[in-house]
Amino acid sequence: MNDRSPDGETVWAQHSRLRVVPPVKPRKLAKVPFVELADGRLQGVVSSGSDISRVYVSSIAAGTHDYNCSTNNNRPCGGLYGSPCKHLRALAAEAVLQYGLDRVARYLRVDVPDGTELVDRLTGAHEPAPAAMVFSRFLRHLAYLEVPETTMPIPEMHWFPAEGAVR
Amino acid sequence: MLAVQLADLLDGDPEGTGEALALVDGFDDALVHGLARLADERTAALAALAGAFTATPIGERLAEAAAEVASGSIAAEHLTTLAGGRAALFGAVHDALLARLDAALGREREPWSPAPESEPYGVANMLGGVRSWLRELAITGWRGVDHDLVSAVDQIVEALTAAPGQRRLAVLLDGFAAELRASCPIATMEHLPVRRWADLWTRAVLLAQDGVLPAEPRPVGLVSGRLLVLGVDVHEHGTAVQFQVHAVLEPADGGPARLVRTGVTVAKVDTIVGPALWTLAHEHKVLLAALADRRSLEVTDLPLLDSGDLVWHDDRAFLGKPADSFTTARLHLAGALAPAVPPLERAPVRIAEPVLVEGYKVTEDGSFDLGGAEITVDIGRLPSCGPLTPKLVAGSSACVGLVRWDGGRWLLQPLAVQAKVKRETVEIGTGDWAQGPTDPKVVKAEARAGDAVAVLRERAGRLLRR
Repeated sequence: MNDRSPDGETVWAQHSRLRVVPPVKPRKLAKVPFVELADGRLQGVVSSGSDISRVYVSSIAAGTHDYNCSTNNNRPCGGLYGSPCKHLRALAAEAVLQYGLDRVARYLRVDVPDGTELVDRLTGAHEPAPAAMVFSRFLRHLAYLEVPETTMPIPEMHWFPAEGAVR
Repeated sequence: MLAVQLADLLDGDPEGTGEALALVDGFDDALVHGLARLADERTAALAALAGAFTATPIGERLAEAAAEVASGSIAAEHLTTLAGGRAALFGAVHDALLARLDAALGREREPWSPAPESEPYGVANMLGGVRSWLRELAITGWRGVDHDLVSAVDQIVEALTAAPGQRRLAVLLDGFAAELRASCPIATMEHLPVRRWADLWTRAVLLAQDGVLPAEPRPVGLVSGRLLVLGVDVHEHGTAVQFQVHAVLEPADGGPARLVRTGVTVAKVDTIVGPALWTLAHEHKVLLAALADRRSLEVTDLPLLDSGDLVWHDDRAFLGKPADSFTTARLHLAGALAPAVPPLERAPVRIAEPVLVEGYKVTEDGSFDLGGAEITVDIGRLPSCGPLTPKLVAGSSACVGLVRWDGGRWLLQPLAVQAKVKRETVEIGTGDWAQGPTDPKVVKAEARAGDAVAVLRERAGRLLRR
């Protein structure tokens, strides 16, 4: 996922202005406001369908594919009956929209043949994981929207060119 | 930019750039493998970097730093010295390249005059944390970076983001750490952005010094007059977007027209992309209207910084007459005075000089051929928040863009083009959607995707302060 080198190693090695992290694709955020590939997991936050002030923290570990889903207060999700619940399914589906199937599959180390869904190819089991860290990463994510803007120049941003016009 | 000017620009590299870049590359290679495990050739590369400064005031310190690091005693001050050496070398490359560009374009540039030192900000302990993280990175080398090392900077970034005067460092570190995180495990990564990461590391080391360097460029005065927009350059990473407007300022006091940059930087998250980015800057209604409607701006008492940046205040501006960027470029670009570049900002990556290019043929690989001289067009750098596409650029007859330099060659980054759409010549620029997309297809797609900003604000309102 990192090698988007257009003309091989030299170009990649000797350029200063690169977009190393590919921009994510736009998706509806209402159901799953937060998805990330971090700390060796696909993890994120899924809004509860019934209570607007409740969210579920869902995660799938890379490699083992062990999964967990609980409320942000660490109450286990009632939908986990030996297989991923609807929150985990939503998380996986939205991650594929956001990052593309390839990137998610490579990160989780899962093989997804044509015509199958990523979430059905996971081989792990329910393994409790603390939700607090993921939830606090989500809060930190949200906090960016409250960071004041600035009209002072940030010359360091020249290293981060916008790209992605592919219409 | 005329064919003869482009030919002058492309006529070989400025003297010494190849040698300077080779020294930089040697240092950058040492960072790949980490300073803790310096093989002989990398020890030699550090010594060579230091050797280039023998006859200068920092020569002795650099030689000492290179020797100490080679012997395994890697103190933060040695790394600062080495970063200073790399920055000075790359700064010299910047100066040579910009001088070549100015000479080719016949562009006059103001000389740099240092302003008095400003007061240092009181964030010493935070900066100490940044320096030790950067030291760990250098010792470990990119190949050894793992999740734990990357995550160690998270809290520092959070604190810096909230600290006044530290936004530059915060934005830089946030973008840098996100790249390292997304690239883990780096040990098995096929190609590394070697120069880029060394650039980011070096700049971060320099910005993380206590009170030695001013955190921000200094104001040199207030200016008023007419601002004619040339185009908007968009910079973006996961958590920040900067809209940098290039413009010509006609001072009200009758002084010479100046090339200036102005704009706004807003925080964001990675899921806010495309035309929605503009909504984050919605408080700057006058500026956005000038971009979207192609109008000039009448500004009063905007602070002008010694970097040529105007500090935007939306309440000190009102919309003027229609003014398209091509007319502005044709009439005003040739005589406008270019700003000096502050020493700390001198890196080739900052070179972004507005030019008008016309009368070209588009070659098969998308370059512009001005009659013998060809310049590569950076079609990979068209922002997703605007209507400019590679196809429009390929079919264009005139272009206002930024001349840049990267990876050893000159590039043209389009900001606006004149192109035929349905047999009519129209102008399309990166700022056209500053007040929302004007293409019905894109409007529909945006509506389907829903308002990401609104959803996240609702979630923040409900969950953040509990």
